[in-house]
Amino acid sequence: MHRLTIAELLEGLAAKKFSSVELTQHYLARIEKLDARYNSYITVTPEAAVETARAADKARADGTAGALAGIPIAHKDIFCTNGVKTSCGSKMLDNFVPPYDATVVTKMAQAGVVCLGKTNMDEFAMGSSNETSFYGAVNNPWATDCVPGGSSGGSAAAIAAQLCAAATGTDTGGSIRQPAALCGLTGLKPTYGRVSRYGMIAFASSLDQGGPMARSAHDASLLLNAMAGFDARDSTSAERAVPDYTATLHDKLDGLRIGLPKEYFGKGLKPEIEQAIHAAVKELEKLGAVIKEISLPLTDLAVPCYYVIAPAEASANLSRFDGVRYGYRCDNPKDLYDLYTRTRAEGFGEEVKRRILVGTYALSAGYYDAYYLKAQQVRRLIKNDFVAAFNEVDVIAGPTTPNPAFRHGAISDPVTMYLEDIYTIAVNLAGLPAMSIPAGFVDDKPIGLQLIGNYFAEDKLLNVGHRFQQATDWHARAPHGVDSN
Amino acid sequence: MSITAADIEKAAKLARIRLDAADVPELSQRLNNILAMVDRLQEVDTAGIEPMANPLDATQRLRADAVTEPAGTDALNVRAAFQAIAPSAEQGLYLVPKVIE
Repeated sequence: MHRLTIAELLEGLAAKKFSSVELTQHYLARIEKLDARYNSYITVTPEAAVETARAADKARADGTAGALAGIPIAHKDIFCTNGVKTSCGSKMLDNFVPPYDATVVTKMAQAGVVCLGKTNMDEFAMGSSNETSFYGAVNNPWATDCVPGGSSGGSAAAIAAQLCAAATGTDTGGSIRQPAALCGLTGLKPTYGRVSRYGMIAFASSLDQGGPMARSAHDASLLLNAMAGFDARDSTSAERAVPDYTATLHDKLDGLRIGLPKEYFGKGLKPEIEQAIHAAVKELEKLGAVIKEISLPLTDLAVPCYYVIAPAEASANLSRFDGVRYGYRCDNPKDLYDLYTRTRAEGFGEEVKRRILVGTYALSAGYYDAYYLKAQQVRRLIKNDFVAAFNEVDVIAGPTTPNPAFRHGAISDPVTMYLEDIYTIAVNLAGLPAMSIPAGFVDDKPIGLQLIGNYFAEDKLLNVGHRFQQATDWHARAPHGVDSN
Repeated sequence: MSITAADIEKAAKLARIRLDAADVPELSQRLNNILAMVDRLQEVDTAGIEPMANPLDATQRLRADAVTEPAGTDALNVRAAFQAIAPSAEQGLYLVPKVIE
């Protein structure tokens, strides 16, 4: 059962081959037995999961079941869950039990999913390796001595290890797509505003976006159907109708114009990944797409631009963690200043503190124009490059990452780590949708093809991904050792 | 631009994060590496370019100034639920160390 896609599980549930309770108990038993190897979950909620599964089975029998009734998934531990600890991977929120659900959690519950638990992540989603989590690093199921990517590394590892059918993730600079690439999954970052940010713990509010991580583009479309939509409680939510993302999955790709940015194939890209991406593009060409070289001249400036804007927004967002209303508080504060400064020094990890300090510095008097304002201007130029490109092509394709999964501890310098996100970060600055799909193996580890779409063209990305997955089987491969029982 | 120990101490004070003096040298080096990378932005001519705050150039949506809680919501119960997770609360108030002598 654990190898099946959501689409296959829905058929099995409908045909009564198994019940949601059986499926849920099967997944829970796998987590119990296998997750010590991966550390993909922070919290598992067996009782609530079985109870929800029982309700889903009943709804199915009554004919009132939602579109995803009875499908066991996991939520990244950045989404608030009423009554269930939501840590954001931080000591600061190790004791935080939210009194409400995130909109994504509510909407998916309405569709009938069964939540198995909350997945591990880089602290406050700040990382590309899942090594900054207070709960320890996550191991990549394809090579347990390697990282799963980050920040949604727990979600990616849990799906790849078949410890859930799918999971939610969030993507501020690549945090859905990069771990999806490194774990052999399909991960979609929607257009900014497509999925509600309400109840999703904020990192950089003008960049953050939640989205699905799954075994196939088809599964991602089913999940996005449930997650997307306007939410009055998110002030930047897009007021725009949600199409049925499954309806266009099978559309033909004849004449689809795909652009390859020449800057995405330059130095820094591992040659074997470049070959795999070219082979994947050939496959798309066989399916009818027309390939064209394009240029995104400011590609090299996306990382510098992001590392002003994201820390600046983070420094403001994370000011709420003050030891007063919820979360960690230091022992025996001698005055209010001591309470704030020690709570934050003890509650935040090193990478989070570094980013808060960079952001505070970039926003401080005398430096605001040189850093923050400049970065916001460059951000517009980066967006303009994409807008110009989408006058010529329908979809942009390239590598998701310059390298496959690296070993734990291999990258200790923050700047080197930041550069691992070179192909994913510009998309967040521009607010565009993008998806990573499995496109081969390098050093026996999966690598991803990134597809970038125009604003609100998630349907097109899912369509291209689905057609590609009908013609290839990279997405259907499973790591050795996860398949026992 | 390079960041000095004094700059870091000032930023840490503004950000309300206590630093150990022993950590400042390594932190300076790391932050300077980040800022050196970020300094590449200065290469770009941005004269006349409007800063971009929202990817869709959307402005803040406003709502009517009206009560949005569903009818029958008990404000005191909501407050109690919020304060149940506070490190220290009493009689509906959040407690902090004495501010005024």
